[in-house]
Amino acid sequence: MNRPGDRAGARALGSAREPGGLYAAPSILWLTVFFLAPLAIIVAYSFMTPGARGGVEWTPTLDAYRAIANPTFAKVTLNTILVAIGATAVTLIIALPCGYYMARSERQTLLLMLVMIPFWTNFLIRIYAWIAILGNEGFLNDLLLALGLVDESVRFLYNRGAVMLVLVYTYLPYAILPLYSTIDKFDFSLLEAARDLGASKLGAIVRVLLPNVKGGILTAFLFTFIPIFGAYAVPLLVGGTESYMLGNLIADELTKSRDWPLASAISLVITLVTTIGVLLLLRANGASTLGGSAGEASADGAAPEPAVGGAR
Amino acid sequence: MSRSASPRRSSFSRGVFIGTIVFLSLPLLVLVLYSFNESKSGGWTGFSVKWYVKLFTDSPQLWRAFGNSAVVALGSAAVATLIGTLGAVAVNWYRFRLRGYLRTLTFMPMILPEIIIGVSLLVFFSGVGLRLSLFTVFVAHVSFNLPFVFLLVLARLEEFDFSIVEAARDLGASDGQTLLRVILPISAPGIVSGFLTAVTLSLEDFVITFFVTGPGATTLPLYVYSAIRFGVSPVINALSVVMILGTVLLTWSTRNFLKYIAAK
Repeated sequence: MNRPGDRAGARALGSAREPGGLYAAPSILWLTVFFLAPLAIIVAYSFMTPGARGGVEWTPTLDAYRAIANPTFAKVTLNTILVAIGATAVTLIIALPCGYYMARSERQTLLLMLVMIPFWTNFLIRIYAWIAILGNEGFLNDLLLALGLVDESVRFLYNRGAVMLVLVYTYLPYAILPLYSTIDKFDFSLLEAARDLGASKLGAIVRVLLPNVKGGILTAFLFTFIPIFGAYAVPLLVGGTESYMLGNLIADELTKSRDWPLASAISLVITLVTTIGVLLLLRANGASTLGGSAGEASADGAAPEPAVGGAR
Repeated sequence: MSRSASPRRSSFSRGVFIGTIVFLSLPLLVLVLYSFNESKSGGWTGFSVKWYVKLFTDSPQLWRAFGNSAVVALGSAAVATLIGTLGAVAVNWYRFRLRGYLRTLTFMPMILPEIIIGVSLLVFFSGVGLRLSLFTVFVAHVSFNLPFVFLLVLARLEEFDFSIVEAARDLGASDGQTLLRVILPISAPGIVSGFLTAVTLSLEDFVITFFVTGPGATTLPLYVYSAIRFGVSPVINALSVVMILGTVLLTWSTRNFLKYIAAK
């Protein structure tokens, strides 16, 4: 049914009067105007002088990039990198066994539902749930006070630990789903073969399973690291001043300090890190793998779709 | 044999999985519990549905925000579905200039963090002198929805080969007839799931909307944000429960609907 060769052949047969260009024109136009052009403006703004009340004056300067290098910003950058790497690592370490367990289970649809329901819940509600638990008047403090374990409310929120916790909570399903769908396609008899040939249980998983599900691990990594690196809402709502991330810095420069070139330069740094990361990983893994699994994972990321993909 | 061996073999992954499910569900269960708490904050003082009553009868701003969200979600999903479907048909079946460009262009918004899209659109709107309003929110939502619709329709189209288009042509169908009578009907499941995904993503979005919204154009996530910014709000507890139930119901019916049309 799905023979790529046919399509390639069909394209070769296509004639000049084909309507492809006509059909593609609205997408090309829309994304060029409302996605690419805004990015280009950001690039241009990052080399300009800040205007008095937002905007820019068209005098070229590298001030914005010099400002990024100063210690205050460097600290935020470092914090962002640490939080992103830490939260992504924890997420993947939890997600791998989960994906594995789901793939081996006989009740996959049910398990998928259990993962998906929190995932479908609105992003802000999920953050809010933690405020309701860890806040000064939250569930946990109520409990501790009622049990007499503490005399006054403990401040659990507004620090780096809270930011990491809520980030892991938010992005865990993004990692579990691609891992599950890749591991599900893995031929488990290979693991038994490795065991029969004398590999230990862990050895078989590390040497046989992991290399075979590399594409899924990669997708899971990208789908957690990238949004965490650009996180804005989570550090804003449950973080404190010391857990500020680059996303918060951009928003502040944009709306409070009104230094648009600086906001643009920081945005550009995030864009570059993201793009370079994706390209490096694409290359390390062979372009075809990510192309396939990214499409898959995006379908997973999109709310109603996984229910269809997961229905079996 | 293998069955008796299996629980033991996966005891570690089972433990992690159960722990994860508890971790994922517990916060939501706490919200459900507290939505029925009589007191505004602090400990449990008794069962009450008063926050639900307040949610449905005495929260005009919240419902105005919900109205804005619904308008933007349906509008942006409809436009994104129209544009994205045509784009997917073009990329899957036709030759045209800029084909590679369009593929890259649909991939990029999905890998960039949301904040970049939000910030760049804000800068763009102010650069071209467009006042921030519900309209700019709509434009932004079409932009991030389009790639998802494109990919979901493309995935569906890839299941068919070009011979059906050729057959239509051989039988004398014009391009328009081929599109309306052959291509669109077979892509229907992809189009429907693309549309519903777009509606969901739009209802869900906070970060991008936060940057491109203007006075009076508060969406539901923005309303929730302003309500929770400084701590716990019992009406939001009740709203959360309604939203969780709503999503489960919507997804469940979507899934059955898609199964139904896929089977047809």
